[in-house]
Order: sequence, then structure tokens, then C-alpha cells
Amino acid sequence: MKIHEYQGKEILRQFGVPTPRGVACFSVDEAVAAVRQLGGTLWVVKAQIHAGGRGKGGGVKVARSPDEVRSAAQQILGMHLVTHQTGKDGQVVHRLLIEEGAQISREFYLGMVIDRSRQRVALLASSEGGMEIEQVAAHSPEKIITVRIDPVAGLSTEDAAQAAHAIGIPDTAIADAVTVLQGLCRAFVEKDAMLAEINPLVLTADGRILALDAKFNFDSNALYRHPEIIALRDLDEEDPAEIEASKFDLSYISLDGDIGCLVNGAGLAMATMDIIKLYSGSPANFLDVGGGADKEKVTEAFKLMLKNPNLKAILVNIFGGIMKCDVIAEGVVAAAREVHLGVPLVVRLEGTNVELGKRILAESGLPIISGNDMADAAKKVVTAAKGK
Amino acid sequence: MSILIDKNTKVMTQGMTGKVGQFHTIHCKAYANGAACFVAGVTPKKGGQRFEDIPIYNSVAEAKAQTGATVSVIYVPPPYAAAAIDEAVAADLDLVICITEGIPVHDMLRTRYRMQGKRTLLIGPNCPGLITPDEIKIGIMPGHIHRKGRIGVVSRSGTLTYEAVWQLSELGLGQSSCVGIGGDPINGLKHLDVMKLFNDDPDTEAVVMVGEIGGSDEEECARWIKDNMKKPVVGFIAGVTAPPGKRMGHAGAIISGGQGGANEKLAVMEECGIHITRNPAEMGRTMQKVLKG
Repeated sequence: MKIHEYQGKEILRQFGVPTPRGVACFSVDEAVAAVRQLGGTLWVVKAQIHAGGRGKGGGVKVARSPDEVRSAAQQILGMHLVTHQTGKDGQVVHRLLIEEGAQISREFYLGMVIDRSRQRVALLASSEGGMEIEQVAAHSPEKIITVRIDPVAGLSTEDAAQAAHAIGIPDTAIADAVTVLQGLCRAFVEKDAMLAEINPLVLTADGRILALDAKFNFDSNALYRHPEIIALRDLDEEDPAEIEASKFDLSYISLDGDIGCLVNGAGLAMATMDIIKLYSGSPANFLDVGGGADKEKVTEAFKLMLKNPNLKAILVNIFGGIMKCDVIAEGVVAAAREVHLGVPLVVRLEGTNVELGKRILAESGLPIISGNDMADAAKKVVTAAKGK
Repeated sequence: MSILIDKNTKVMTQGMTGKVGQFHTIHCKAYANGAACFVAGVTPKKGGQRFEDIPIYNSVAEAKAQTGATVSVIYVPPPYAAAAIDEAVAADLDLVICITEGIPVHDMLRTRYRMQGKRTLLIGPNCPGLITPDEIKIGIMPGHIHRKGRIGVVSRSGTLTYEAVWQLSELGLGQSSCVGIGGDPINGLKHLDVMKLFNDDPDTEAVVMVGEIGGSDEEECARWIKDNMKKPVVGFIAGVTAPPGKRMGHAGAIISGGQGGANEKLAVMEECGIHITRNPAEMGRTMQKVLKG
């Protein structure tokens, strides 16, 4: 689960990481009021959306007077902010962060990830702040320092100081940088994060260390023990179809094709998308109904797919293991009757009680196209989608 | 022979009295030699009771001491599952198979840290388990699609593994053992570890390796295969069509920072001499062709 920059900075402050003073705003008037509250002569107006690359998309503006803040806020609030992470339609901006400006002397990068192959939390630090770390990794990997964190001891002061020194933080600011590094590490572990980034971390002209940005992504499997993180969820930032799916415990991701896929199991669901593509079709979604799909879940899954105006056909691919094919077939028939399918439906069933399942489909009187195996079903659904 | 488990393996079930644990215990016990293999259940505070005539103990250590079980399968709910693994490791079992899906990744990081230097092997979490056909099934896979034979199967998925197994069985290609290593980013045995076991198993003639987007385990395994593997390997990677930055169902299935893409994995695997197929309906037939030469 992702959160906004201003929420991320609030978490960082709880762990002793200094950030610029700022106020989250939902309207132009609030933005202007924030200027009075913050004081000073320089402010930054920052669009709050979950995607990165906001500056390049025009979502971050520097203002030198309350009028400039007003005009920046007017421009940014409500805009469709397009970045490399949003897709072509962009993301509508509903929230702003108004921050006091900082005189930046140098920029650095800090990131925390789960290192899968070493099975450790890893801290990434670089002298190349303000750039995307992927770019740095591609062009000058030697400029990225990696420190693997001991799960029991955490990040030691020595390791933190060494990393800070290695990315070029001056001696006078090392102690502050150690506080930031250790705070970030503790926040990452204690809040069950999967990804955290401060990009850039800056050294100001007067020698202070500040986190100018904050990005967090939390482990959805651990949210049960973090009600304070769940409270930060912003549904405006999520795909409505994916929100709807999560209510029914369905794993759903919208894609830009026209063939809906309903599959049990994540690996088989991905493979089903792949085989559609292989036969020159284009999947409209990833949809894993999970191991315990019943009639209700299958019905909701159909409703979700049918909300997509681009949908031209549906492929159901079920490998019945513990979940029996006849149960799934009954679910498919009931769902198809309830939702009034307007598109061709291809069903491929295999596994436990497959003959019974196929008979239920055949005797339903519904125009269901039967696929004999994955390849046959994929070919048939691609043909059906093109014929429409 | 087979890898990791056979008809003489003695298994305890942690979380046997929950709904999921009960359901799968019944099916595992009914498969092949299961009635002799599944000798104990572990549920704190329920020691002394029985389920399906299997005695329940309060702790893993007690179950091991009383029954001689050296393998455990875990169906404990996610908030307590990592602690269940810890208990099995502390009791010095040979092998722990964790079926539970949805364990927080930081819990698994701590558990894997504690497992350092211990001899207990872990399969999973978030996996279907493993099976040696006609001998023993430990996990949630449908037993009846398997045939006894000489093909090893290792996979990160559940139903996609069943698909691979079914294709093999339909072509008359039975399996020595099938191992689902799970779809989580932090797990126990990797493709590479299982591949080494298959390489050393005289009853395994060839291996099907099914991977997914995310991480670099398949690449690491492929490089090892290139230099060490004595048997042919057929490979498929799911997720060619997956968009970057989206978690595709499994917590481990995400392309991040340009890494973990399916095409990149397939390219490395092909380079390392693995017989890859890009068509998930062709895993079985690809193996058939490879065996015919």
C-alpha cells in the first residue's frame, strides 16, 4: 500500500528524520492560509499523488509570494498530472503539500528495499540525489552504496556514518545524517515497509540535512497490525476496479487489452495472459479468484470484468484442484445468468471432476464456448474477440 | 527414489485443527501411503485430543519425541505462521513445508535470519507443498493428476504447477517429485536448491522448471545449470505480459526497477542451455521432444 509524500514525511519525523515544515491542503484557500502559517519568503507547492516523477510533469512549483502560491495551487489542484508512472491519462490532483523552501547545497539519494537473494533489508545510498535510482544503477552503479541490515542489531552507528561519508556528506553533517539513516531504517522495519525512499535528501546552504521527499510502500500482508497505516489509505489514488475487487478478496489488475481473464492462481493467471498475447490477443485484466472461489466470488469477478467498456470476450481458465470443476461450472453458469453477458465466453476447465463440470456448462443452454486445453481456449477467445 | 520425501517419511501437521488444516490432512492421509506417514498434529492447548485418529500434541518438540516425525507441514494463519516455522526449526526437524499465504515479509526476514546455521530445510511459504507420486503428498495439490515417473518439477506457482504436471501426465511422462517453492519474495529452498537435489537423484531423468516474474532466482539457477546440470531442463516463465510495478497476485511477482522481467529471465535461461517454451500449453510437449532427442 502506497501513501502520499506528506504522510511519509510525518512518519519520518516520528523517527527523528528532519523534513521541511509543511502543511497538507485540499483547496486553494487552504494553500494560501498555509503560507501565513509557515511564514518565510520561499515556498514549494507540491502535487500529492502516489506516482513519482511529479516535478517533470508540472506538479511541483516554487513560489516567492502568497499570490504565486495561489496561482500555483490553482494550476495544480484538479490537473491530470501525467508522469512516467501514471499512464497516459494521468492522475487527478486532489491534495497539495505547501512547504517552506530550502536553499539546497547538495542532493543525495536514500532508499530501502528487501534484498531477496540475500534475504536482508538493504539500505541504498548515493551521491546522485534527485535522479531516478534506476538510471544511476544503469549508468554509474559504483555510485550506489549498499548496506545490508542485521535484522536483530539494526543499522549500527558505525555503518551509518561510513555510508554517509561514502556518499560525500561532509564531516560536519555526519552526525545528523546518521540520525536520518537510522531513523529511516527503524521506520522501514517497524512500519513493515517493502520500499522506502528519500530522494532527494539534501544538505542545505546552512549545513542542515533535510528529507525533501518521502516515498513509502507497505506490505499489505502486515497491515493487520498497522491501523495507523491503513488510516492513510487514499482511495482516490487507486483503480476503482481494483478497490472493488479487494472487497471480494479477488486479486485484480486492469490492463489495456480487450479479453477478460478469470483464472485461479496467480501463476496460471499470468500464464493465461501470456498465452492470449502469444495468439495475438490482448488481455484486459489480471484476475486471480484464488483457491476458494465460490459462486459469489465468480459472479463478482464477472461483474468487474463487464464494467470495462473495452471488453470484447472473456476467458475462464480454471485448474480444479481442491476446488472442484463442477462447483466452478455451477458458479460460472449462475454468474452468466445473473449478469447478462454481452460478450462471448470461453471456458477451459481441467482437474478434479472435469467431466461433470463440462456437462454442467453444456447443459446450461448458455452460449458458452468450450476450450479443450489452454492453447485451444486461448485461440478461441482471441478469434471471438476479433469477431465482435 | 525421489527428493526430500518418500513413503517412509513421518510428518506432523502444525495447525491441523483449523478448517484448512483439517481439510488437507484428510486428503493427504488418503493419498498413497499417507495413513502411515501423517503421524501427528500440533496445536497448542489441544494436546491429547485426536483428529482423524491422528494424535495431537501441544508442541513440535513433543510431537517429534512421541512419534519420530521429522517433517512438518504448516497451515497456521499468517500472523502466527513465522513463529510456527521457528518452533519447527528449534525442534531440529529435517524439513518444514509452510503452506500459509500472506505472512508479513519482515516476519520471514527474521525467521530466515534465525534459521542461519540450522540444518532444517524450509519449503515455502505460500506454496502448494511437495509430492512424490504414489508414495506421499504433503500439501494442497490434487494428488490424482500425478503419475509416478522420472520427471522432476520445480515451480513458484500453485495451479500453474498443476497445469505442468497434468500436461506431463497426459503424455505419459510421470514425475519423480514435484516441489512448489512458493510465490513469496522471502522463502526457503530456491529453484537452485531443488535443482541440485534433482541433479543428484538417480530416479530423476529431466526437470521442468516453472518460474515467474520478480527477483533473480531463475537466473541464478540457470547459470548453475549451465555449468553443473547433467540432465535436460525445460523452462517456462509466467508474466511476459505483466506491467512493471504491479504486484501480480503473488507478493514476489513484481517487476521492479527494470529487474525481474520474464523476457530477461527467458533470455538468460536459453543462453544457459535450458529448453524454454514461451507457450504455457507446451510445457509437457517440450519435455517430450527433449526426451526423444
